[in-house]
Amino acid sequence: MLRYLMQRIGLAALVCVAVSLLAFTLLNASGDVAIAVAGEEATAAQIDAIREDLGLNRPLPVRYVEWLGQAVQGDFGDSLFFRQPVAELIAHRLPNTLTLAVMSLAVMLALSVPLGVAAALWPNTLIDRAAMLVAVMGQAMPNFWFALILIVVFSLTLGIAPPSGSATLGHFVLPAIALGYYSTPPMMRLIRQGMIEAMSSDYIRTARAKGIPTWKIVFKHALRNAVIPVVSLSAVQFGNMLGGSVVIETVFGIQGLGFLAWESISRMDLPVVQAVLLIVAIFYVVMVLLADFINAWLDPRIRIQ
Amino acid sequence: MTAPVLSVRGLTVDLPKSGDRPHAVRDLSFDIHPNEIVCVVGESGSGKSVTAFTAMGLLPKALKPSAGQMLFEGQDLLKMSRRAHGALRGKRIAMVFQEPMTALNPCFTVGDQIEEIFKAHTNLSKAERKAKTMALLEEVRLPDPPRVYASFPHQLSGGQRQRIVIAIALAMDPTLLIADEPTTALDVTTQAQILSMFKTLKTTHNAGILFVTHDFDVVAEIADRVVVMQKGVVVEQGPVEEVLNRPQHPYTRQLIAAVPRKRDGAAPVLDEEIALRVQGLEKTYHVAGTLTKKPRTVHALHPADFTVRKGETLGIVGESGSGKTTLVRCLIRLLDPDDGAIWIGNRNFAEGSRDSLRAARKDIQIVFQDPYGSLNPRRTIGEQLIGAPMNFGVGRDVAWERARRLMKIVRLEEEALYRYPAQFSGGQRQRICIARALMVEPKILIADEAVSALDVSVQKEVLQLLADIKRDMGLTILFITHDLRVAAQICDNLIVMSKGRIVERGTVDDVFGNPQDAYTRQLLGAMPGRGWEAPDLTGAPH
Repeated sequence: MLRYLMQRIGLAALVCVAVSLLAFTLLNASGDVAIAVAGEEATAAQIDAIREDLGLNRPLPVRYVEWLGQAVQGDFGDSLFFRQPVAELIAHRLPNTLTLAVMSLAVMLALSVPLGVAAALWPNTLIDRAAMLVAVMGQAMPNFWFALILIVVFSLTLGIAPPSGSATLGHFVLPAIALGYYSTPPMMRLIRQGMIEAMSSDYIRTARAKGIPTWKIVFKHALRNAVIPVVSLSAVQFGNMLGGSVVIETVFGIQGLGFLAWESISRMDLPVVQAVLLIVAIFYVVMVLLADFINAWLDPRIRIQ
Repeated sequence: MTAPVLSVRGLTVDLPKSGDRPHAVRDLSFDIHPNEIVCVVGESGSGKSVTAFTAMGLLPKALKPSAGQMLFEGQDLLKMSRRAHGALRGKRIAMVFQEPMTALNPCFTVGDQIEEIFKAHTNLSKAERKAKTMALLEEVRLPDPPRVYASFPHQLSGGQRQRIVIAIALAMDPTLLIADEPTTALDVTTQAQILSMFKTLKTTHNAGILFVTHDFDVVAEIADRVVVMQKGVVVEQGPVEEVLNRPQHPYTRQLIAAVPRKRDGAAPVLDEEIALRVQGLEKTYHVAGTLTKKPRTVHALHPADFTVRKGETLGIVGESGSGKTTLVRCLIRLLDPDDGAIWIGNRNFAEGSRDSLRAARKDIQIVFQDPYGSLNPRRTIGEQLIGAPMNFGVGRDVAWERARRLMKIVRLEEEALYRYPAQFSGGQRQRICIARALMVEPKILIADEAVSALDVSVQKEVLQLLADIKRDMGLTILFITHDLRVAAQICDNLIVMSKGRIVERGTVDDVFGNPQDAYTRQLLGAMPGRGWEAPDLTGAPH
């Protein structure tokens, strides 16, 4: 088991390095930072000066090693636009994004697990269809539009939730619902499929033959088996919520990582983009790693050979 | 006699409207007394499992009991609320299933899964539950109970898992134990152990046992009374001695006549010409190390030598893991052997790339175990049959003509060529598979467990068909099976394999009459129903 953990961790570290390398080279190949910083009116000499100033004239590998060396120590350089350390910018935004992602994940699981289980227990009935309808709606509606509806109903009409900002946890409720609902359908389908499979398996028949109460069969024996792929998908979804929440962050005026990345890309603020990319990637890898460990804990066939 | 544990009276279970008959079982009546094993025997679709599941209250939703009674200790199980029936399950009525590999939840330890039944039905403390679980593991004779207790199902063998399922069934000391083909998925030596365990349990637990099986040898081994079912109806029941030796109903007689038995008669006279010579054939698997496993080497096949003469049927017998499948796969080069030669005529089939063997492949053909998976469901039988000869340059018309002729040989209608696999039964499909193999007029036919998935009466027909084809076409057959009885019935010579080695070879009479190897003796000793000679039913009055 320990070996399994160590190998997974080693592999994850390798992935992070690979992502950083890819991010660094691709971003530097995508445009000339010096031109972007200098602005449209700048002369060639000015651009050269900026290039010199930022160290952009040195070979890419050298810059990469230097950047990575500093990044490992938490120093991502200064933002070209904000003129302040990138680390500070991120430290300011990351909590917002993390809060949003965690709450969205909670909303997603709170919706998809009961819906999926209910649909699986009564397949092809009205319950199943209703659950599927809820899920399909989530997938079909553009999430910014759903977010706007939430604001109209709960903030403007009912006045029970703040429409924008990130001052309190309450501010995250509507965005989390919008983002979580959007990620629900694939999860719900996965749970439904897993539960249908589990409920028709031989070991469930054995459990019935033992006279175990139905609720225990469903929630102990079947769900434990059905939930294993769900953990992996949750990790991926969490990664998506970190990086892909730009739209929701914009609608609800949350200063988050996604928003920061989007702004910085349009400004060619490379140090920020690189840092955000790396951090999101690391979170992603860590989540997948965590999912592997949770699965190993849930499924003895992974843990013990 | 004491009052019966279970008394079934006029039980009728309806099938859904789409079924091939209106009732899964109809007007079924029988009794099970304490300390008695009642075997319900029948072929697939006879309703024997439906009967077992009705008693457990575990019928699929589509099936509904519509008439009759199932009296368990005086209460009618059919009129009971679901909750009341559920309370009996596991406690007073317990069940053992056919497939031990999947019968246990992979996520929980064996100890957990046994203790759970005490949690559901008693107020025992944790320590008491554990003590009882340990005692059960002892009772079902599992080695090293503390280790098994902490094991997960995937760490145990099929036989061990079945013992766990039996332990769960025995936990609450039920008065009625239902076993649905509990040994069908097991190797014959494991089967013998489990069967002897059931015989012991009958007396130690004073339980009534309803034992569902399709195998008359198993019946002979353990039953006190027998209920024979056909298409949902009981055709005959009575004491085991009576039913096995003096069967009255034609169907029972047919089933008993189909029980595979060693043929009597002189040793076969075989052609001198050698059809297949295998020399030093060897296969070793090198399992690469994964993240968590060390790399290891498995000698699936130690150097094997044997010859098969033209027109001979050679049986290759072995239990799971004996290397017989590896041998077959090497023979037809689905696997590349590490070393050795396979001479078919003047050609070494072990040499050359798989591509270069293409033309030679028509000399050696195979029929696989699973008649359902072996045919493409979306193409007609005819299209599938003519494919092979057309690959070897035979014209379409000639191929069709051959397909028509083969349909006659395998005793199917010519119209079968225009239908799809789903329209045939298992036995019919296996005959189609045989026809398919014969389409290229091979010299050697390999039957890899080709009758193992079939009902006995169908199995008998297919075996007869193979014997007839062999005689008429001068075919050489390699008959791969785990079942010594079937091998004895059709083969001229036998090879017994164990752990990748050939441990015994000789004529059927030699192997059965004078086995040399300890493993062969063990295998022969484990065959069920040895005390019973199936009566000769030819010519007896109906």
